[in-house]
Amino acid sequence: MPTFVYMTRCDGCGHCVDICPSDIMHIDKTYRRAYNIEPNMCWECYSCVKACPQNAIDARGYADFAPLGHSVRVLREPEKGTISWKIKFRNGHEKNFVSPIRTTPWGTIPSPAELPPPSENDFKNQELAHEPDALNIEGGLPALTSGQLKKGVI
Amino acid sequence: MGLFSRRKTKFVDSDVLVIGGGMAGCGATYEARHWGRDLKIVCVEKANIERSGAVAQGLYAINCYMGMQWDENQPEDHVRYARNDLMGLVREDLGYDIARHVDSTVHKFEEWGLPIMRDPETGRYQREGKWQIMIHGESYKPIVAEAARKAATEVYNRIMVTHLLMDKNKQNRVAGAVGFNVRTGDFYVFRAKAVIVAAGGASHIYKPRAVGEGMGRTWYAPWSSASAYALPIEVGAKMTQMENRIVLTRFKDGYGPVGAYFLHLKTYTENAYGEEYESTWYEHTKELVGDYVDRHPVPTCLRNHALLEELKAGRGPIRMVTKEAFQDPHKETVGWENFLGMTIGQAVVWASQNIDPKHTNPELTTSEPYVMGSHATCSGAWASGPEDYAPDEYQWGYNRMMTVDGLFGAGDTIGGTAHKFSSGSYTEGRIAAKAAVNYIKDMGKDGPQISEDEYENLKKVVFRPMENYEVGRNEIVAGTVSPSYLLPIQGLQRLEKIMDEYVGGISTGYMTNEPLLTRGLELLDMLREDMDHIGAEDLHQLQRAWELKHRLIASESVTHHTLFREETRWPGYYYRGDHMKLDDNDWHCFTLSKYHRETNEWELEKAPVYHIVD
Repeated sequence: MPTFVYMTRCDGCGHCVDICPSDIMHIDKTYRRAYNIEPNMCWECYSCVKACPQNAIDARGYADFAPLGHSVRVLREPEKGTISWKIKFRNGHEKNFVSPIRTTPWGTIPSPAELPPPSENDFKNQELAHEPDALNIEGGLPALTSGQLKKGVI
Repeated sequence: MGLFSRRKTKFVDSDVLVIGGGMAGCGATYEARHWGRDLKIVCVEKANIERSGAVAQGLYAINCYMGMQWDENQPEDHVRYARNDLMGLVREDLGYDIARHVDSTVHKFEEWGLPIMRDPETGRYQREGKWQIMIHGESYKPIVAEAARKAATEVYNRIMVTHLLMDKNKQNRVAGAVGFNVRTGDFYVFRAKAVIVAAGGASHIYKPRAVGEGMGRTWYAPWSSASAYALPIEVGAKMTQMENRIVLTRFKDGYGPVGAYFLHLKTYTENAYGEEYESTWYEHTKELVGDYVDRHPVPTCLRNHALLEELKAGRGPIRMVTKEAFQDPHKETVGWENFLGMTIGQAVVWASQNIDPKHTNPELTTSEPYVMGSHATCSGAWASGPEDYAPDEYQWGYNRMMTVDGLFGAGDTIGGTAHKFSSGSYTEGRIAAKAAVNYIKDMGKDGPQISEDEYENLKKVVFRPMENYEVGRNEIVAGTVSPSYLLPIQGLQRLEKIMDEYVGGISTGYMTNEPLLTRGLELLDMLREDMDHIGAEDLHQLQRAWELKHRLIASESVTHHTLFREETRWPGYYYRGDHMKLDDNDWHCFTLSKYHRETNEWELEKAPVYHIVD
């Protein structure tokens, strides 16, 4: 259906509502649990599936072209820095994959405000933050001269 | 004041306002803080920046990286590549500018924790192709969002920006934006000295191939609702190359990416009978586009064209030959992880249909058209170029400033700069932010003022769909059919049908002509009038209503541009049946448009293409 929510697992915490890029995971007012209000605007991006602390959300392939009987399950473990996938085919065949997702601890990226402040001259040149150092090249930021530009058909 | 005058209005003051928190918006937010240490930097996003924009799902490759540190490519090489792929027409000044900075962006991503694969022999980044490097990018967006949150003064999630605000004293100067909170229904007025539009391109302006549930599995995200174009168009910013929509050759139904398959796994295509087919169409294509067919690599649109011709000749389906490559377990893993990292839906399709590429060569198809500015296409706003070398006609102010003072753009918003992808869009956000801070520094005390009349009027306009629904709903017993309002999905399906049938969608084989386009404009005009009668049941539907309005404005622009360019520049993306050949004598130029909202008129003109290198 793209995504759907298992009644017995969802506790209505709303993490999926908070993360869904398409704003289609909402809390049902009667059951106090989440559900997909607009399956035809679901990209199967799995943002809600990954965010669900109860593993209550799954996807069923789009009905107009996906036969039943498959599943693609995911376990994202931010602290371990990995994501694990289990693909189950309609014919029962399975494949498993594990990938890294991040090499540094979460929350450790410094603000650019922690860098030394730019000088007046820096505002006038073409370099951006961290440049030229972060380019890892000799000779500074590449540039063209206006004379190199010409008008016409190639 | 109407039914909704009780709605709260919240005011947010900022120096730099970044609209859209995707790749470009996060880049702009980060960089703005570096240059504007004491400035108020506000980023506003209709979803949640942790997972928003086209990279919400993740990526398995960064498609724009020079590798200057290893002398793999220089910025000039990328300009040549993008120019070639876009059949000669790109803003080379802007493209060079992104290419010279993009490596520093990618190096910061790695430092922040993005896992970039390394070639075990050379120790360099693992290349997928000449421009692409391979990443484990499931958390690409959360990592980039973390940096943006650290940099921003405030991030406002779940606010849909509907309109830009103009200065009440100085003509043609931006002063902020308005929108509404999708959760609380509060009306937001953002006052800003400079605005950077970093919103998304356009999916769902053409009828998708999928029907029913599957309409969400568009190639570009369904939440990319053309705000990148609608916001600047409405305030009179000039747009360029809006006719240059893109059609993607992708795995059938899931639209899973083919880049890694072609470039890294070395898989290839064949027709239903196991034959190579691209060479069959060489002479035919040469008659249409001349020497462009001999360029290397063959432009994306021309490869589409050969595939489409082969299908028309009755030798479909076209398949990707994967059976050989997938015997190698490493390549098989790369093939699957490629989808799991960025298009999970394709893995779902293959699992459901028992397609294991080790044993079955999967089908390819061409997608419905999309309008965006960062892939193998370059629709968007006409922007001022870099100060150090852009020619006079490309330079009227600050880098990446549009033709409206104080209005900057990046990513899908800026036209003429194909092949920037995620890293280039982020980089363009950085470029725009530095320029925006310089603009604010030079402004002094002469800051913009918003007009109370303007935002109060917009408040009524923004919530009108809810009023329409509340009033109209009482006329009918139940259901979705009302004589007085249209639901957003009904309007969207009308838009998609018009664009599909009149402006070169899938049902005509991407074909259109002057009579079709002229009729299409008439129908779009009626839809524009009907937009006053959209009904929204709740705030979610109100978001859909405004997404539809943005898509409609972009669609009108696309149609006017397509009508103006009397040639077929990109066969395989679309065809002008009345001008089937590429015409370098008259059309080796950019198309520019300007919308006049007071008169609802579109003004079109040509602009020159400057080439940097031979």
